[in-house]
Amino acid sequence: MSVPLTAEDVRRTTLRVLGEIAPEADLASLKPDVSFRDQLDIDSMDFLNFVIALHEALQVEIPEADYPKLASLNACVEYLLARSAASRRA
Amino acid sequence: MPTLGADMSAGTLVAWKKKPGDHVTRGEVIAEVETDKAAIDVEVFTSGVLEKLLVQPGEKVPVGTVMAIIREEGQPVSVSAAAPLPPPTTGEAPVPPPSPVRAAPPPLPPAVEPGRLKISPSAKQLATQLGVDTASVRGTGPGGAITREDIERAAAEPTPPAESEAGSDRMARMRQAIAAAMARSKREIPHYYLGGMIDMSRAMAWLADENQKRAVTDRLLYGVLLIKAVALALREVPELNAVWKEGQAARSQAIHVGAAISLRGGGLVAPALHDTDRQSLDELMRRFRDLVKRARAGTLRSSELSDPTITVTSLGEQGVETVFGVIYPPQVALVGFGKVVERPWVAQGQVVARPVVTATLSADHRVTDGHRGGLFLAAVDRLLQEPSRL
Repeated sequence: MSVPLTAEDVRRTTLRVLGEIAPEADLASLKPDVSFRDQLDIDSMDFLNFVIALHEALQVEIPEADYPKLASLNACVEYLLARSAASRRA
Repeated sequence: MPTLGADMSAGTLVAWKKKPGDHVTRGEVIAEVETDKAAIDVEVFTSGVLEKLLVQPGEKVPVGTVMAIIREEGQPVSVSAAAPLPPPTTGEAPVPPPSPVRAAPPPLPPAVEPGRLKISPSAKQLATQLGVDTASVRGTGPGGAITREDIERAAAEPTPPAESEAGSDRMARMRQAIAAAMARSKREIPHYYLGGMIDMSRAMAWLADENQKRAVTDRLLYGVLLIKAVALALREVPELNAVWKEGQAARSQAIHVGAAISLRGGGLVAPALHDTDRQSLDELMRRFRDLVKRARAGTLRSSELSDPTITVTSLGEQGVETVFGVIYPPQVALVGFGKVVERPWVAQGQVVARPVVTATLSADHRVTDGHRGGLFLAAVDRLLQEPSRL
């Protein structure tokens, strides 16, 4: 059985994926509670690629209806940890 | 040098992907070219044997310049070198020379053993003295070896600008290119504008339902529905699917929607989704995703920039409600979509909240009038009311 994800795992993965999607972004100054869309120049195609990359990296299913729950870095960590834990219990 | 849009007057050859003697197939990438907007993979327009390269890497040549000679299948092997042809004045895509070339294929460059640099100790020492990176030097000596002359030549070449400087220079050139094309459009094309609101409730509900059933990698974006609806509407009003050429409109049989894609750091391109009307939504989504990725990575193909027959732009994600677009010459129409917003909507005598988008048409009055333009927008609206049939 795989090791449960930690908040730091998710945070690091999220930032890595963001860096691939928006390579020009200064992720060091990213405010964790503020929406990505308010801080980065990303569109719906970028966001879809972001979700696909998170899904592939973390093996977490992300329904489209849950996209608003991935709005910021902190929101991503909270949501993805919960989804990962839920899928491990299932 | 193919014309890759109205905003391109010249291009710089970065590299050849083929060498004389190679067999090339129509559609294959033969060269990489740097334009003011991006690096482009240039596809070959005919199949045959690459006989002669007429432009060297680093050379900037006007659109229309013949860059290479290809001997088509069945043509006799030529016997003497053909002079480079002057660029045509029409700005058309390059075509093979009108008559069989007379040049004997030059001897193939000597093969260089991959992964191993051939350089004499003396040339190597000179490279160190002059600060020349031998990995970037093209050897002209026996067996492709790098000679002292090659090193001296490389040292004399101007040093490329620093990355940030090159980036800002490219941005300035892109703005100039866009400005030139848009100024030409406004100067030459008598635009007219139409707009209308479209109830998107059926399309949005269908999309949400569809995406709920799909794996994340197979989901559709809303923009793909708009692009497909435009493509199908063009079948009903084909005069909008045309280019203005030599004083008249030339309708295109194929429908190649150019999708406006913003580039990171500024600027935009609108490459073609080929045969848009004939692609399923899944295929269109796959192609669109690939196109956006390659547009932003600077690896578009020449046909994608030269082939669009109409442009679709959506600025809804930037909060824009209505787009008043400028037609991209030589096209004769541009369709714009704004943000999907909730608006009071009267349906069956009741005022209800509906997701609504404003669709606009910028069209060339030399080619169509408002009546046909209105029919086109009505067709887009009608098609979006039946999303499962797109």
